[in-house]
Amino acid sequence: MTQAAAITREPYTPKGALDRLRHGDLGAWPVVGGLVAIAVVFGTLNEHFLSPENLTNLALQMAATGTISLGIIMVLLLGEIDLSAGSVSGLCAVVMAILSVRQGWNPLVAIVVALVAGALIGLLHGLMFTRLRMPSFVVTLAGLIGWQGLLLYLLGQGGIVNLPFDGFVAKLSDTWLTPLAAWLLTLVLVAVFAASNLVTRRMRLAADLPVAPTWWLGVKVAGLAVVLVAAVAVMSADRGVPLLLVIFGTLVVVFDLVLRHTAFGRWMYAVGGNVEAARRAGIDVRRIRVLAFVLSSTLAAFGGILSASRLAAVNQGSGGSDILLMAIAAAVIGGTSLFGGRGRTYAALLGILVIQSITNGMFLLSVDSSVRYMVTAAVLALAVAIDSLSRRGGTA
Amino acid sequence: MISVTDVSKRYGAVQALQGVSLDLRPGEVVALVGDNGAGKSTLVKVIAGVVAADSGAIAIDGERVRVGSPHDAQRLGISTVYQDLALCENLDVVANLFLGSEPRRWSLLRHIRMERATRDLLTSLDVRIKDIRVPVAMLSGGQRQSVAIARALLGEPRLVILDEPTAALGVEQTAQVLDLVRRLRERGLAVLLISHNLADVRAVSDRVVVLRLGRNAGEFRTAEATQESIVAAITGAAA
Ligand SMILES: Nc1ncnc2c1ncn2[C@@H]1O[C@H](COP(=O)(O)OP(=O)(O)OP(=O)(O)O)[C@@H](O)[C@H]1O
Ligand SMILES: [Mg+2]
Repeated sequence: MTQAAAITREPYTPKGALDRLRHGDLGAWPVVGGLVAIAVVFGTLNEHFLSPENLTNLALQMAATGTISLGIIMVLLLGEIDLSAGSVSGLCAVVMAILSVRQGWNPLVAIVVALVAGALIGLLHGLMFTRLRMPSFVVTLAGLIGWQGLLLYLLGQGGIVNLPFDGFVAKLSDTWLTPLAAWLLTLVLVAVFAASNLVTRRMRLAADLPVAPTWWLGVKVAGLAVVLVAAVAVMSADRGVPLLLVIFGTLVVVFDLVLRHTAFGRWMYAVGGNVEAARRAGIDVRRIRVLAFVLSSTLAAFGGILSASRLAAVNQGSGGSDILLMAIAAAVIGGTSLFGGRGRTYAALLGILVIQSITNGMFLLSVDSSVRYMVTAAVLALAVAIDSLSRRGGTA
Repeated sequence: MISVTDVSKRYGAVQALQGVSLDLRPGEVVALVGDNGAGKSTLVKVIAGVVAADSGAIAIDGERVRVGSPHDAQRLGISTVYQDLALCENLDVVANLFLGSEPRRWSLLRHIRMERATRDLLTSLDVRIKDIRVPVAMLSGGQRQSVAIARALLGEPRLVILDEPTAALGVEQTAQVLDLVRRLRERGLAVLLISHNLADVRAVSDRVVVLRLGRNAGEFRTAEATQESIVAAITGAAA
């Protein structure tokens, strides 16, 4: 064992990578491959697809459904499902719109109230799931219909609430970072990432723990820098980096840090991996489950508000049609397992990027929405198939 | 020393245990053997606080204690590794060892401290796992069993109970786990080992306690006992 302590942990030996692959740890590579394929295919079919303007639109379109997807990941990590996320997003957006427009409340207060409403809905789902022992599938299926009903009831005869274009909420999706701000943000992100990696490396060395070689650290930092610089360069060539994308990105990063660095996050994975083991380890499984549903619905509410901001209105279709399916598909395509215990919040970002690119690309090609639905379904089926197969590999 | 005296337990019409007694001493491996339904698991559950005995007593160093719940048992230094390992396959070795009692500072996990402690513990037990940061699903059965046993040691117990630790393992991995059991003994722990495999029992235990139909049916010093005499006690054939 003494010699094992001296081994540096190799990031990617071909053998180690193959080993992980066989055990279902595919990481983000299938998605990245998929994105490249999408870029090539749509880029060749339509010269407008890869233009800064369109890519910036893409970034803007991602945020709302991406946020809902982030919430769905919280319940997927437990091996549960939330089918109500779409309806909850629409309902909470309506609550926000009614309070701020019809009642004339301060928009910020209206947003907070809508988020609290989302949290309470999640609490209700969580309690029905844990106390009444109803399957999450049924609880949230009831939610899907019930909250949609409440939305229609609240909207009443008019059926639509317009948000003032120069109001706070609508402005959210029409705010762009200046190039200076965008580049500063990029610099800070890369610097913080590099510094935190270096500090961790130092601490590990001090504790006599194995570390990855320095060049690997360099590759990681350079990789992040390249991606961020490319994104900022493209979007700055158009209107700039949308605030909406920054908000969504922040949520993804913050939730990732919470999941990886707090006991709550670790227990989420534990409950998703083996409930019995978690329970025997003294984890309050019920509390974790309720919290996951609260997070899911709250993020759905926030996603709904972002969506309303982009549309500058809420109507009877808010949170309806394919939003729920897209959010679930994004999470799974991004690499979150439907069977629980596996996945990271970046799945929401990557997955929604895939789905939104396909949607956007087919829209540019004026493909009929019937075909769009079928393609999205096929991509979802493929992602689930990969998930199921890799799970079998993992337990074999 | 942990003494179990005169424990009885009835499940409806079945008398699972009837006046069973058992002594467990530090630095000694006691094997608990018996045919299916002899009451081994029931006895373990009584000691681990999972089920309450109808009568009988448990004493630690001569002082009578109440083991009313698994939590009580843990507090008294009784640690049990159940046959279904209760590991989270999606988490790595470090996360599994500390699950539920993660050290934290400002509510952030102390990853480095946990990993250091894990390495030290595994090294001291001579458990070889190449990369302790991969999900437990990627480990062999023997390694998983070792992780489960190491996890039981974190609370500094005085007694470790192992329920069929080698049941699902191949030859080499069984040897690994038996080695680990010997190392528990060297650490001065009392070990109670349930096994159906007499070869394992003879290889690793100091004493063999036989249960039959819920009663004590014989006790042997492993070094002096023959396979035949143990089998006879298990089956109830006249020795
Ligand atoms: N929860 C229970 N309810 C009813 N009867 C039980 C229960 N648990 C055990 N028994 C009975 O008590 C008796 C002893 O069972 P126990 O599980 O302790 O045996 P064992 O020695 O562990 O057997 P095995 O080698 O098969 O694991 C058996 O007759 C069993 O059917
Ligand atoms: Mg048993």
